[in-house]
Order: sequence, then structure tokens, then C-alpha cells
Amino acid sequence: MEAQGASARPVVEISLTVNGRPHTLAVEPRETLLDLLRMRLGLTGAKLSCDVQVCGACTVLVDGLPVSACTYLAYEARGRQVLTIEGLADGEGLHPLQQAFIDHAAFQCGYCTPGMILAAKALLDEIPRPTTDEIKHYLRGNICRCTGYKKILEAVLAAAETMASRHG
Amino acid sequence: MTEDRETTLEVVGRPTARVDGTDKVTGRARFVSDVAVPGMLETRILRSPLPHARIRGIDVSRARAVPGVAAVLTGADLDGLDPYYGVAYKDQPLLAIGRVRYEGEPVAAVAASDAVAAEAALERIEVDYDPLPAVTTLDEALAPGAPLVHERLRPAGHFRDLRALRPVEGTNICHHVRRTRGDGARGLQRAEVVVEDVFTFPAVQHVSLESFVSIARWDGDRLTVWSGTQHPFPVRKELSEIFGVPAHRIRVIAPLIGGAFGQKCYAKYEPLAAALARAAGAPVRVWVSVTDAFRTLTRHPARIHMRTGATRDGRLVARVVRAWLDTGAYADVGPRVAGKVAYLSIGPYRWEHLDVEAFAVYTHRVPAGAFRGYGAPQAEWAGESQLNRLAAELGIDPTELRLRNLLGQGEPYDPTDRPIDGDLPALLRAAARGVGWETPPRPGRGRGVAVGVKDGGGAHSVSASLVRLHADGTATVHVGSVEMGQGPRTVMAQITAETLGLPLEGISVQEPDTDLVPYDQGSSASRSTALAGTAVHRAALDVRRQLLEIARRFFEAPPDVVTLAGGAARAGGRIATYAELIAYHFGTPGGELIGRGEFHSGERDPGAPGPTAFWELGAAAAEVEVDAETGAVRVCAYASATDAGRAINPQLCEAQDQGAAVQGLGHTLFEEVRIEGGQVQNAGLIDYRVPLADDLPPTFTAALHQDGGGPGPFGAKGVGEIGIVMPAPAVAGAVAAATGARVRDLPLTPERVWRALRAADGA
Repeated sequence: MEAQGASARPVVEISLTVNGRPHTLAVEPRETLLDLLRMRLGLTGAKLSCDVQVCGACTVLVDGLPVSACTYLAYEARGRQVLTIEGLADGEGLHPLQQAFIDHAAFQCGYCTPGMILAAKALLDEIPRPTTDEIKHYLRGNICRCTGYKKILEAVLAAAETMASRHG
Repeated sequence: MTEDRETTLEVVGRPTARVDGTDKVTGRARFVSDVAVPGMLETRILRSPLPHARIRGIDVSRARAVPGVAAVLTGADLDGLDPYYGVAYKDQPLLAIGRVRYEGEPVAAVAASDAVAAEAALERIEVDYDPLPAVTTLDEALAPGAPLVHERLRPAGHFRDLRALRPVEGTNICHHVRRTRGDGARGLQRAEVVVEDVFTFPAVQHVSLESFVSIARWDGDRLTVWSGTQHPFPVRKELSEIFGVPAHRIRVIAPLIGGAFGQKCYAKYEPLAAALARAAGAPVRVWVSVTDAFRTLTRHPARIHMRTGATRDGRLVARVVRAWLDTGAYADVGPRVAGKVAYLSIGPYRWEHLDVEAFAVYTHRVPAGAFRGYGAPQAEWAGESQLNRLAAELGIDPTELRLRNLLGQGEPYDPTDRPIDGDLPALLRAAARGVGWETPPRPGRGRGVAVGVKDGGGAHSVSASLVRLHADGTATVHVGSVEMGQGPRTVMAQITAETLGLPLEGISVQEPDTDLVPYDQGSSASRSTALAGTAVHRAALDVRRQLLEIARRFFEAPPDVVTLAGGAARAGGRIATYAELIAYHFGTPGGELIGRGEFHSGERDPGAPGPTAFWELGAAAAEVEVDAETGAVRVCAYASATDAGRAINPQLCEAQDQGAAVQGLGHTLFEEVRIEGGQVQNAGLIDYRVPLADDLPPTFTAALHQDGGGPGPFGAKGVGEIGIVMPAPAVAGAVAAATGARVRDLPLTPERVWRALRAADGA
């Protein structure tokens, strides 16, 4: 939707890669990465929630590191690689974290889940076999109001095991 | 539940992955905030900065001039509508009319081409307020001569139990409930030991990660609303009354919802969205921030004065309760919550004498309404804490004191109501075992217990369902239960699969849409699996009956030799798929079998007294460590036990219990919406602290019991709420056991605990 009110506002052209695909877009300096993903690219997996970088529902990976897309400017993502939940599965083959979240019922409403899974991916990329305490600490930035976290911890541990045995 | 039945169930009770699983882990799941209606405008709401004021005037001329602005609405622009809504009283205007009654009340709203334009317009609205004296605490609201929040009250007449509203004329009390048995005061006089306390429970916020989202579109005289609502049909009714449009021209759709917990019960922002869409002549989306959700609804803060009397050998004799609930500026479901607090403050024990009374009180604060547990957390924080104190004063183990007095299965909670339908003593023993009750805790640690009880399902409700068996032998379930995380789409598919002998993959569950699913009261009060599930079960049984009849004709066999399984009928070695049976029945490979099922509270057999559909029953035990220097409480172990009646999906039942327990640990340890002078001090997630991953106790277990006593399909009950009831009294009981310090105010902040420790030392 090209906004009437937006037409007079300044824009700047940026290039970035999202889920392996290059994009060149004219963005407003104030535009967040979350708005770019959701409104320009139709990638609605990343969610808007607290809007103040506390809850982690908007977590995406930028060059492999988790960021809160609600407060990360689209402009800051220029020249970078962005991974969203839509880019995690390998075709129809789910990532081990996605499968583990299903197997362990590690979500209920599912609104925090894309951010939670991507944060967990960043954790496992950094620490392939984390302890429960390391997972708890790492996921402090991702709020889940439904599950009480226990099944999430179980899912991340199980995914770590699956991934380790694959690389084994 | 017999062994026999256990082994014949194929889908029910077995590990079954959620039907929405893949969508939710891949980002494909479409939540209400992901719905994009073509041409949809964005909106912003201007809120009152004052708790009580007269609106002298609002100047919106500069706002209307902002490029991209399509509509600016104030309370003066609602001509032609009945602009008040509310489930108990129609007391809440969709925008303030002439007067604001709480800080954060919507005063004006803008629809514009995008959020930036809407925000720019909002900044250009000028409101001239004339501040008025405000009552922002229970004491202020109850003081003689206090300003009245509402001078006139108009009952909404929506629900049977809310027809008998009892406000106190000339006061801010909008409803009160009293129940008695024997003589409470005399009972206390006769008791050998009496404990007396005043407990408080804070305002807490649901913090659904997806906040309120409502999209409205008018097509001529037809209105379509997509909303994150737990109550599509009641919302339709409210819209019908506000806009004067009959039900058949209003369509309410509830896509996936990112958490609700009661917050999204009944109409919230749907009326405003529809009014804005009408004024703008275009679809609009109202998407309220998580921060402004704190200015929309909280749980009822409560003050509960309780006295409990017992004999020296630990027999409970009498309880007298006076409870006050702050329902804020608009009643919402406050009267019903007050009724629940009165009823549940009794507790699941044998009493001779009771006198319990609860009041819902208007104040100039953010409205309070439904939140998981619905009065049970407040009532049982007081009741179970008194049991813990009484145990200490009598020198009786707190589990033992309860076991001597708990109602057993089949004993009446109240002579006029459904008897207790599960094994509370077994739940209590299981929870206590879960933290190692039989061995003493490590030095410096203490343990506490609590039981929980809630009359589940809602008092008077209706659900209907249609199950359609298509020509290819697959099925679609039409039912209004809303998927907000609790899993009804999975459970309804399981019930249908089990009943029809179909694989789960052969079943779809229709998204709730008032044009496409039959009436359902709503997804609240833990009612979906047990009550809406009964409607689904009956609809599936109706299809099953038709299938058997067709199969009997097809096979020319007596009905009792026909079996249905795996999508096919079998008789005497012959087999016919459902598709073949449908083609045979209609004489063409088309058509479908339609099953119809209904549940309504009025149908219950005359032998079943009282309004309670089923009892949610639970127990929990906690072990804590308290830092004597700082008062910080660490929950080292937490164990709960819940009766699911019959778990259709054990993994999801367990998940409900775990989630509820951690949410309850939130209001136990740190959650509180602080309101000072009527101003919310900590709206939003920077200042309001909810449980995080590392708040999960190191030992944390949830045991599912299946006592088979539920009224739902296969003996199911609802399990959504009970887990949030026990954490506060169990943890506070553990703190007292560890330190001798008794805290009567939640949350158990380090400061409060530290002060209580000092008081206990001094005593």
C-alpha cells in the first residue's frame, strides 16, 4: 500500500539479502526492519509485540546474530544478510529446532515462536551443546506468556542433540 | 475410565501433535495482526491523561487537515449509534462522551493512510479538560459521599447470571453477592482457634504478546470484523446493538490469536474499529500497543478480609469473608467476578458455618475484567493462605490439615451445586510428593502447599457444531472455539477422528467465523474442550449414526455387525470406504453427510443440581529459599497436579498447567500494575516484569490426573485456569515455613518479604 501521507517523506535506497534473496528498496530513514519485512516483503513471521526491544517476538538474525527488528532500522541492515523464520526450513524439510518445537509442544499461541526459534538457533550456532542454564540465560530476551518455558527448554535441548548427531 | 475403553481409543488420549504446529514454526500461521484487508487504514487512539474530568471541548480541525487522514472521531461524532457497550452494564462508551473516567480512556481516534500520518494527526488534537475529583482507590470509592463514577446504570441483559445485578444505590458498588450457611458469626465464636487477616491482590495485566487487534470493513450495510476475540458471537451481538444492524449482516471472524488469557473476552475495540471504518468509508485496523493494553484491562485488584475458625484438633468450623474488588471505571465482567470471589472464597472444605460477601466497586481506574481464573486467584490467595496460617498455629502439617477437611469425590461444594467430581486428596498428595514432602527440606528452605478449585465452564452457556463428512470421506468441523494457543483445533479434530474412525489428517477445523460456524458462547472459562467439545462430539456421533445406517443398507447387514474405522465401514469381511457409502447413498459421487450437535447448560438432567458444569481441581507445592539480607524469594521447586477428567490431548493439558503455573508465579513474585493517583506507572514491558525463561524453577513438574469425572467427551474437563490459582498461596506458605514471615500482600517483592522478616524477628 503506497501511503498518501508517506509520499512526501524522504527515502534512501538500500540493498540487503533476506533469506538468501537480494532486495533493493527505497526506505524511510525511520523505517524499522520489522516494517520492511512485514509490510514490504510480506514476511509476517516476525511479530510486533512490545515495540521496545524487550520481548523478542520480532527477533530475526542479521549476519547470524539475533536483533529486535522492531527497533532495528531498515537502513542498518544495508548490505547485510537477514534470516527470518520463513527462511529457516530447507524447502519442506523443517530445521531440527522447528521439528523439536512441534514434538515437544513448545508453543501454544505461537506468537513468540518465530523469534524464540531464531534466538535458539543463534544460541546453538554459538554453543552447540548448551546446558539448561545456558539456554535459560540466552532466552531471557524472548518472552513466552503461554508455555511457562519448560517445553521450550526441552525442545532446544532435543534439537541440540539432533544437530550434534547429524554433524557427529 | 475402564481399561477396556482405554485400549479402544485410537486418537483420544494419545500423543498427538498440534494441527497448527507446522504453520506456527514456519511463520506461515496467520494471526489477526497478519490479516491485510486491501485498502485498510491504520488508526491511533488519543487517551485521557486524567482519571476524571469533564470534556469542555475537542478541537480536531488541525488533525483533519493532516495529509492522509480519512477520519477523526470523538465522542461527539457518535450520533445514530447506541455508543455504549458492556457485558454486565452498558456503561462504557466507545469514545468518552462528555466525561473521562480513567487515565487512558479513549477520547478520540484517527484513521489515516498509515501509522505515521495517524500519529501526526493525533498530536494535533486539542482537548480542553475540566478536572474533577477522582476516586482512585477502594477506600476513596467507598467513602461516604464519594463522587460517583456512574450516576445511572443500564443493565446489559446479555447473560442469565448477570440479570440479577445488585448495585447499592447512591454508592460506587455496582454489584454485591452474599452467601451464607449456618451462622458465620456464631460459628467463629464457637471455634477454638480463629485466624483473621486482610489480604490484597494486585492489578495484573495479561500481557498477550499480540495485543488487541480489530479490523472492520463495511460493504454497504454489511459489516465484517476480523478480531482477536475470545467471543465472536457476543461481539456480534454487541455490534448489532450499537449499530442497529441485525446479526445476519454482521460477520465476526477470529483468526489465530497471539494469546488472550481473558483479556479478549467480549467486545473491546471492535465497536471503535467499526465506527472508524464507517466514518472513513474504508476498512480500518485498530492495533493497540502492548503498552496501551495496560490502559485497557487488568485483573481485578482485591482486598479480602477473612476469618477462619477451627477446632484445636484441626476441624474447620466457620469462615466469614468480606471481599472488595476494584472493577475500575467500567464494570466489564466485574459483577460476575465478584460472584466468583464470594463462591470460591469458601474453598473445597466441609464447613458448618459460612458467611461470604463480595462487592464490585467502581473507581476512576483502568477497567478490570476477565483474566484466567476469574476471581479464583484472588479468593484462594486468601483462603489457602489462611489454611496455611491455621496449620502453623495448630501445629498440624498443612497437607494434613487439608486432608482432614477436604471434600471427597461426590461430596457437595454447596448443597445446590454439582458435587466435587475429582479426587482432591490424591492431587494434594501428588503435589506434595513432587517436592519431596516426606523428607524435611534443606536448612534455610521451606515448603508450602495449596489446593485449587474453580467452577469451570461458565454458568449458562451454549455451543453448537456441525461436522460435514465430504464425498471423498474427509471431514470439516464447524465450531466457534477460538484458537488462542490452548489447542481447540487439535482437540476438536481428535474428538471427530475418534468418533468417526478417521485419520487426523483427514479432518479440517473451520476458523471461527460467525457466518460459517454455528453459535458458540465463547472460548473462556476453560469451556471449549468439555462443552463446545460436547457439541462437536454429538455432531460427529450424528454423522456416525448416518454412516452406520447407510452401511447397514449397503451391506444388507444388521447394524450391530457394522464397524467404522480407518475411513471405512466393515461388516462380515466386506469393506466400503466412506466415499463409497456416500456415493451409494446419494446415487452419485457427490453430496455430504451433515451432523449436528449442541450443548446447552439447561439440558443437564434434573438430578444434577446447580450451575457448575465441572470442577477444575488442582493442587501445588513449592519449595523456596529466602535471602534474609534482601528478602528475595527463590522458588527452588514447584510441583502441581491437575485433574483433566479425561485428557483428550495429555501433552496440551500438561502444557496448560505449566503455563498457568508460571503465569501465577508472575503475580506471586513480581507482577503488579502500579496505579498512583489514578495514573498507571508501569505500562509496557520495560517497566512491567513478566516471568522469563530463567524464572522457571529448577525443579518444575506438572502431574496430570484423569479421574474421568468430566461432563465432556470421553469424560473430559477443562484445565485452562486452575494452575494459576495455587502458586501464590503455595509460595507464600513456603516463605512462612522457611522464615516465619507471613506476607498478606502480593506480589512477594523483596521489600515486602524483608519487612515481614523484620516484623517476624521483632515478634
